[in-house]
Amino acid sequence: MKPFNKADLVQEPGSLVLELRDVRKSFGAVAALRSGTLAVAAGSIHALVGENGAGKSTLVKIVAGVHRLDSGVFRFQGQDVEFTSTAESKAAGIAVIYQEPTLFPDLSVTENIFMGRQPLDGFRRIDRAAMHDEAAGLFGRLGVAIDPRRPALGLSIADQQIIEIAKAISLDASLLVMDEPTAALSGVEVDRLFAVARSLRDEGRALVFISHRFDEVFALCDTVTVMRDGEYIATNDISKTSVPEMVSMMVGREVGELFPKTPAELGEVVLEVNGLDSTGVFHDVTFQVRAGEIVALAGLVGSGRSEIARAIFGVDAYGSGSVRMAGKQIAPHRPRAAIRAGMAFIPEDRRKQGLITDGSVARNVAGVIRGGLARAGLLTSGAENRAAGPWAGRLEVKTSALDAKASTMSGGNQQKVVIAKWLATKPKLLIIDEPTRGIDVGTKAEVHRLLSELAGEGLAILMISSELPEVLGMADRVLVVSEGRISADIARADATAESVMSAATGADTATEASR
Amino acid sequence: MTRTYPAWSRPLWQRLLLTREVAVIALLVGVFVWANLNVLNFDGPLTIYYLLLDVAPILLIALPMTLVIVTGEIDLSVASVVGLSSVLVGILHQDAGLSMPVAAVLAILIGAVCGAFNGFLVAYVGLPSLAVTIGTLALYRGLAVGLLGTTAVTDFPQRWTDLAKQRIGDSSYPVIVIPFLVLAVAFALVLHFTSFGRGVFEIGLNDEAAHFTGVNVERTKLILFVLTGAVSAFAGVYYTLRFGSARGDNATGLELQVIAAVLLGGVSIFGGRGAIHGVIAGVLLIGVLSSALRLLNVEVNIINIVIGMLLVASVMSTSFLTWISALRQPGGARRPFGLARRRQSATQQRKVSP
Repeated sequence: MKPFNKADLVQEPGSLVLELRDVRKSFGAVAALRSGTLAVAAGSIHALVGENGAGKSTLVKIVAGVHRLDSGVFRFQGQDVEFTSTAESKAAGIAVIYQEPTLFPDLSVTENIFMGRQPLDGFRRIDRAAMHDEAAGLFGRLGVAIDPRRPALGLSIADQQIIEIAKAISLDASLLVMDEPTAALSGVEVDRLFAVARSLRDEGRALVFISHRFDEVFALCDTVTVMRDGEYIATNDISKTSVPEMVSMMVGREVGELFPKTPAELGEVVLEVNGLDSTGVFHDVTFQVRAGEIVALAGLVGSGRSEIARAIFGVDAYGSGSVRMAGKQIAPHRPRAAIRAGMAFIPEDRRKQGLITDGSVARNVAGVIRGGLARAGLLTSGAENRAAGPWAGRLEVKTSALDAKASTMSGGNQQKVVIAKWLATKPKLLIIDEPTRGIDVGTKAEVHRLLSELAGEGLAILMISSELPEVLGMADRVLVVSEGRISADIARADATAESVMSAATGADTATEASR
Repeated sequence: MTRTYPAWSRPLWQRLLLTREVAVIALLVGVFVWANLNVLNFDGPLTIYYLLLDVAPILLIALPMTLVIVTGEIDLSVASVVGLSSVLVGILHQDAGLSMPVAAVLAILIGAVCGAFNGFLVAYVGLPSLAVTIGTLALYRGLAVGLLGTTAVTDFPQRWTDLAKQRIGDSSYPVIVIPFLVLAVAFALVLHFTSFGRGVFEIGLNDEAAHFTGVNVERTKLILFVLTGAVSAFAGVYYTLRFGSARGDNATGLELQVIAAVLLGGVSIFGGRGAIHGVIAGVLLIGVLSSALRLLNVEVNIINIVIGMLLVASVMSTSFLTWISALRQPGGARRPFGLARRRQSATQQRKVSP
């Protein structure tokens, strides 16, 4: 890293504070960022938009010093920089505010703001009075009423973000990056955040605003950069672009050929969800899935898709409504009951929820069916191996032996183990959350082929995916979830990137009205 | 074409012999042979007899404790349950005039209730077991001492106090070995050869994933705490009869001896790893070692120091083995005795940002 001196800076409005050009970043074989480009001027608010997985977060993490770029140009305040830690990026004047800030709950608001750099008095004691005064001054500037002496515990997410912003100002950050700051905020809180953001802009600071909500992007930002699949697509003045143009830039790509979904004959209704409701998470969710049908739950991260799936399978509780399998009601919050009724659930987080990573392949694959493998109540490793072997074989799991630990395997192979575990239960309904997240392209195609094949054999599949091409390529029907509600039910023929994205972002309210 | 796989990556003898449990058993055999050859009177007929009488409560409680620790929880209240059940047997027999078997069964049931209270707070309320059972350790001990004060009930029928010390035929084994063996086989089968036992390991390795595969995490934990309470109460009945004395402060501090032996036997304090045969060997190893040292007239303090060092060494050996295997890999370990978990996450991070 080159020496960096803040005093040299000239900050005239319009000069570039942050400049990234052709930034590349790979994790192993996966290129998360192929050509990240972003130029942010002082005294402006710059929107960064793109689908999930477009590379926005990786870009932010490079700016924040969490990751180091593999190649490309990274200039801050006109100088080439390369941060090896978040501390370096902070010292240089970059503040990143995440969706859910992590404060020390037991410390006061003031202590959180001045953590690690508390002012000292003449006796080298922490000067609390000065600290509280300065904090109160910061809140005054931001126009918010938070008691600097209260503990951080119990503050709303909105207030926690304000504290992060106050911290950034007290550090005199010249660049603030806000990663989906409004996702957890109410309307009033959003307005207050926007007012703060505008006043920071008017002080000559540069802001990067990441959001999935187009109305907010248009209300707040001056310029917008669109990313897709790890690549820079375009930067525009907000006044010279429109929602349809942004959507088409975000999703514009050929889909269909990658995903070999063959049309299947639809059978009986397998899953019937009626008026499912969980306060603050999802509301009035009603839909059906038939045998042989692949139904996709699409929507943005945090829209409530995964929570709906978890409630159906019973790992989470729900408030009201009912879940029926082949006409029979399933007891809520009882995964065992759901499994007995023929449900299988492949969760989103493989390492934490899908697998026992320290367990062997055989124990994992036989994990759900093992109760039935016992003879006179006794279960042996031999019986588990005999039951697990063929399923691991059908999925072509790559492992040297059945007693190999799942933790030693690649993501794609681990996913195969999880799929094998659930197929071994001979399910009637497969719920699969992010079927191909974090797995290599080859295995991805295998998983897609398998899902299509299983649907052909009459399995009902409920798939949740953040990848639009996967949704469009695989699903017979797309249910779009937006803010906890099903905002659109789109048949395969009518499903396009534009129709799904606009229903997901709430940009087109006509879709909801037409239902 | 379907792939087929070998079931095992290592030959049978390696899987059976190269385990932590076998190492403990080998150490036990070694110490036992050494004591027989070098310690005067160790090979006498009474040594084994008294040794087993003494370690019986630890052996008994270590069985359910193993399952509890494999799930990643802990129960520190076991010795207090021993004390409470001892007092209950005394009061129910002397003051309420109940026969010994009835008093014993009631005491065991109340022990199960004590365990259920622990289990309810841990599994269904979601409190950490360490904190819960430190609390109930004081609570149950307080009840025991409160019920009987500083007095003792010593008026037990000779028939029953004799039974606790009786031998099987002419052998040097006390009869308490029989219920112990029955329970040991039962717990070993449950832990290693049932679907429930697989669930116990899975909860210890990753309780969230266990929940997602339909393991009833809460109920499993509740059952284990109930069993621990019941077996501890049974040990309390035995303890009372063996010494012919029901006292509120009976078996104070026994919980640490139980947990120490379980850990020595190869059970991971983080959960997910352990075996019943290793734990039994661990309890006996401590018993044989302290018995031999006592016969050598070694001071009690010194015996405690030796056993303490053995425990520390056994915990270190696990870290040491992890360190050795990490050394073989490029970019491996730096510190031999660092926390394995922390080091693991550090390696993962290095992989992400080369």
